[in-house]
Amino acid sequence: MKTLHIVPHDVDLSFISKRLIYFAVSGFLILASIGLVLTKGLNFGIDFKGGILVEVRTDGPADIGAMRDQLSTLGLGEISLQEFGLPTDVLIRIQRQEGDGDAQNQAVALVQQTLGEGVEYRRTEFVGPKVSQELLQDGILAVGLAMAAILVYIWFRFEWQFGIGAIIALIHDIILTIGIFALLGLEFNLSTVAAVLTIAGYSINDTVVVFDRVREKLRKYKSMELPELLNFAINRTLSRTVMTSVTTLIALSALFFLGGEVIRDFSFAMIWGVVVGTYSSICIAVPVLLYLGLDERARGNMDGSNEDGPQSQADRP
Amino acid sequence: MVNFPTWKKVLVALICFIGLAYAVPNFVDEDLLTGVPDGLPNKQVNLGLDLRGGSHLLIEVEVQKVIDEYLESLVDGARAELREARIRYRALGAQTESMGVNIIRPEDHDRALTILRDLDLEATVSQSGDRFTVELPEPIMAARRSAAVQQSIEIIRRRIDETGVREPTIQQQGQNRIILQMPGVEDPQRVKDLIGKTANLSFQMVDVDNQLNEALAGRVPPGSEILPMAANARGPGQPDVMLVRKKVDVSGQNLVDSQPSFDGRTNQPVVTFRFDTAGARRFGEVSTNNVGRPFAIVLDGEIISAPVIQEPILGGTGQISGRFSVQETADLALLLRAGALPAPISFLEERTVGPGMGADAVAAGEIASVVGLVAVLIFMAIAYGRFGLYADVALLMNMILILGALSVLQATLTLPGIAGIVLTIGMAVDANVLIFERIREETRAGRTPISAIDAGYSRAFTTIIDANVTTLIAAILLYAFGSGPVRGFAVTLSIGIVTSMFTAIMVTRLFVVTWLRRKRPDSLPV
Repeated sequence: MKTLHIVPHDVDLSFISKRLIYFAVSGFLILASIGLVLTKGLNFGIDFKGGILVEVRTDGPADIGAMRDQLSTLGLGEISLQEFGLPTDVLIRIQRQEGDGDAQNQAVALVQQTLGEGVEYRRTEFVGPKVSQELLQDGILAVGLAMAAILVYIWFRFEWQFGIGAIIALIHDIILTIGIFALLGLEFNLSTVAAVLTIAGYSINDTVVVFDRVREKLRKYKSMELPELLNFAINRTLSRTVMTSVTTLIALSALFFLGGEVIRDFSFAMIWGVVVGTYSSICIAVPVLLYLGLDERARGNMDGSNEDGPQSQADRP
Repeated sequence: MVNFPTWKKVLVALICFIGLAYAVPNFVDEDLLTGVPDGLPNKQVNLGLDLRGGSHLLIEVEVQKVIDEYLESLVDGARAELREARIRYRALGAQTESMGVNIIRPEDHDRALTILRDLDLEATVSQSGDRFTVELPEPIMAARRSAAVQQSIEIIRRRIDETGVREPTIQQQGQNRIILQMPGVEDPQRVKDLIGKTANLSFQMVDVDNQLNEALAGRVPPGSEILPMAANARGPGQPDVMLVRKKVDVSGQNLVDSQPSFDGRTNQPVVTFRFDTAGARRFGEVSTNNVGRPFAIVLDGEIISAPVIQEPILGGTGQISGRFSVQETADLALLLRAGALPAPISFLEERTVGPGMGADAVAAGEIASVVGLVAVLIFMAIAYGRFGLYADVALLMNMILILGALSVLQATLTLPGIAGIVLTIGMAVDANVLIFERIREETRAGRTPISAIDAGYSRAFTTIIDANVTTLIAAILLYAFGSGPVRGFAVTLSIGIVTSMFTAIMVTRLFVVTWLRRKRPDSLPV
C-alpha cells in the first residue's frame, strides 16, 4: 500500500532565520486585534450582555419587515431581526431590559403575545443582568486559570523557558481569536469562551510536541548551535504538525458546513484557532526560546535532573 | 514495547468489550431497555435540553426577605414590649442584619436588656452606651437562609408536580439559587406564572371603623393598611383599594386542602378550601364575632375576594369566589394546596428550546459527526496505509468508548458536546500520527521494523501524555467554570481525550504487534 507524505521526510525549511518576519506579522496582527476590539468592540451575545433572544419559524418565508414593525411598537428598546439559516427562520434579539431578570421575563411574554400562536418558537432565551455579569467573570476566570495551570504544567515538565514560550504563543492565539471575532462581528458568547479554551488546549498541544523534540535534540546534540537545533526540531515534527492539523480541520469543516446554524460561529472560531495555533507553535513559540537564554546551563540541567523515563531508555536501543 | 503480554491483550479487549456493551443501548429501542435489570447496560445517553427540547430556568430566592421579615417582627415585638413596660426609646428599627434601639433613660437599661433578650432566645443582644443591638449569630442566620431555599425547592417541586410536567429536575445552585429543568416543556410561561407567585394567603378583617378617604389622604390608622383589589375581585362600583386590618386572623399555612369547584347557586368557578383544626377554630371565632362585616382574602398583598360574613363559619371550610375563569380557579387552588414560598423568587435566566429545534440539532450533529468521521477515516487510510487502517479501528473504538462512557456516567450530551466529539475525531488521531511519524523517522534512520515500532511507540508516549494533559487541563477548567451546554462540551472533550489516549496507544499497538508477529516483515508499510 502506498502511503501519503504531505511533507517530504527530508524537509528543511528555515523557520528560525525568518523569525523577525513572523514576529512583525504577529505583532501587527496582535495590535490590529487589540485596536479592533477597542474601536469596533465585540459583538457580545446575551450570555455576557444580558437580554433576550427568540428564534421563530414561520409557515412561509418570514416577513421580517412586518415582524420588526410589530415588535418595535412594544417599546422594548433596541431590537434586531435577522434571517437565521433558512428563509422561514428569524432570530430576534432584544436588548436587556431595565431591571432584573423578571423584567426580561415580562418582555419575553410580551413578545410571545405579539407574535401570537402562528409561529413556532424554536428557542427562547433570556439572561438577566446579574447572571450575564457572572458568566463574563467566570469566562475570564476560566481562561486565566487555564493559562496559569498550563504554564505551571509546562514549567514542571520542561524548563521555565519553554513555559514562557508556550504562554506567549498562547496569548498570541487568544488575542488573534478575539480579534477575528471583532473584525467579522461574530457573536461572542459562552460557546466562544469554550472555543477559546479549546484553541488554547490545541495550541499548547501543538507547542508541546515541538518542544518535546527540542528537548530531545538539546540532549542529543550538545554542540549544535541553538538556532540550527530549533530549526531541526521544527522540521522533524513538521509532518506530524501538518497531518494533525489536516485531520482536525477535516472534522471541524464537517461541523462548520453540516453542524447547523447554532454552532457555526463556534466551529469557525475553532478552525481559525487551529490555523493560528499551528502557526504560532512553529513561528512564535520556538523562535522565542532563542531570546530566553536556553543556554548551555539549561542543557546541562536537563541532562541530569529531569525525569523522563521511557524517553531516555529509548535513546539506548 | 513489542512484547505485548497476553494479560494486557485481554485487558485491552475487555475494556473495548465493556465500552461496546454500554454503547449498545443507544442503538436499540428505548422500550426494550426497560426490561434490562440494573447493573447491566440499560441506559442511553442523556440528551441535554438543547437537543431534546425543553426549558431551563435559573431562579433566585430572595432570602434577604426572610431576614427582613424576621427583623421586622423583632421590631414590632420590641415596640409593643417596650411600650408596655413604659420604657422610653428612640431610633428603633431594622438594619440589613440586625435590629437596633436607643434606650433613653439609663435606669431602664437593665429592664430593656431583659425584654430584648426575651424577644428571641436564639438572638444575641449587645449594648454600647444607650444603643442596643439584637442580631442572630451568623450560623443561625445562614441556617434560616438555607432553610428558606430548601423550602422553596420543595414548594416549587410540589407546584410543578401538580402541573403534570414530566421528569423535572430541580436542584439548588450556590447559596440561594435553584435550577429548574423541564424536558419537553416548550412554553414555560404557565409554569413561570405558577411558580413565580409567592402565594402568601391571609384572611384579614376589612377596617370598617375608619374612613378609606382619610387613609388615602395619608392618615392611615395604626394597625391598618391599604391594599389593592385584584381586577376580577372588584364588583361594579367598588373601589380599587380597601382599608384592611394588618392583623392576620388565619393564614394559608392553616390550609389543608383546596380545590377548584363551581358555586352551587351561581355556577361560577370558585375555589373551595379546608382549614386544619387550629385554623378552623380561629376562623370560627373570628367569623362568630364579625357577622355582617366584610373580610378580605389577601393573596401576595392583593385582595382577591372581600365577602361579607353572613353567619359564623364553624365547619372549617369555605370558598373563594370572584369573577375567576376555570383556569384561574385551578391555578389558585393548586397554589394554595402546594403552599406559599417562604420568600419571593425571581427568574434570572431562561433557555427554552422547542422540540423541532432540538431534533434538527441532533440531526445536524449526527450528519456532521458521521461525515467528519468518515473523512478522517479515509484520510488516515490514505496517509498511513495498513497502519492507518489500524488507527481507523482505534478511532471507531474511541467513538464507541465515548458513547459507552457517556451512557454509564449519565453525563448530559449537549450541542456543544457533539462539537466536542467531532473535535475529538480530529484530535484523537493525533496520537497515532505522532507514533506513525516517529516510526517513519526511525525506519529512515536505519532501524529494523521491530526496533522502529518499539522506538516509535515509546518515544511518542511522553509527548502524547504532555500534549493531552494540557488539553485536559483546559477541559477541566471549562467544566468547573462553564455552565449549561458549555459544560457538556467540556465533558465530551475530557472523555474523548482519555479514551483516545487508550485507543490510539493500546488498541493500535495490539493490531500492530499481532501483525508484526504473524508476518515478520522486512520493511514497514508506513
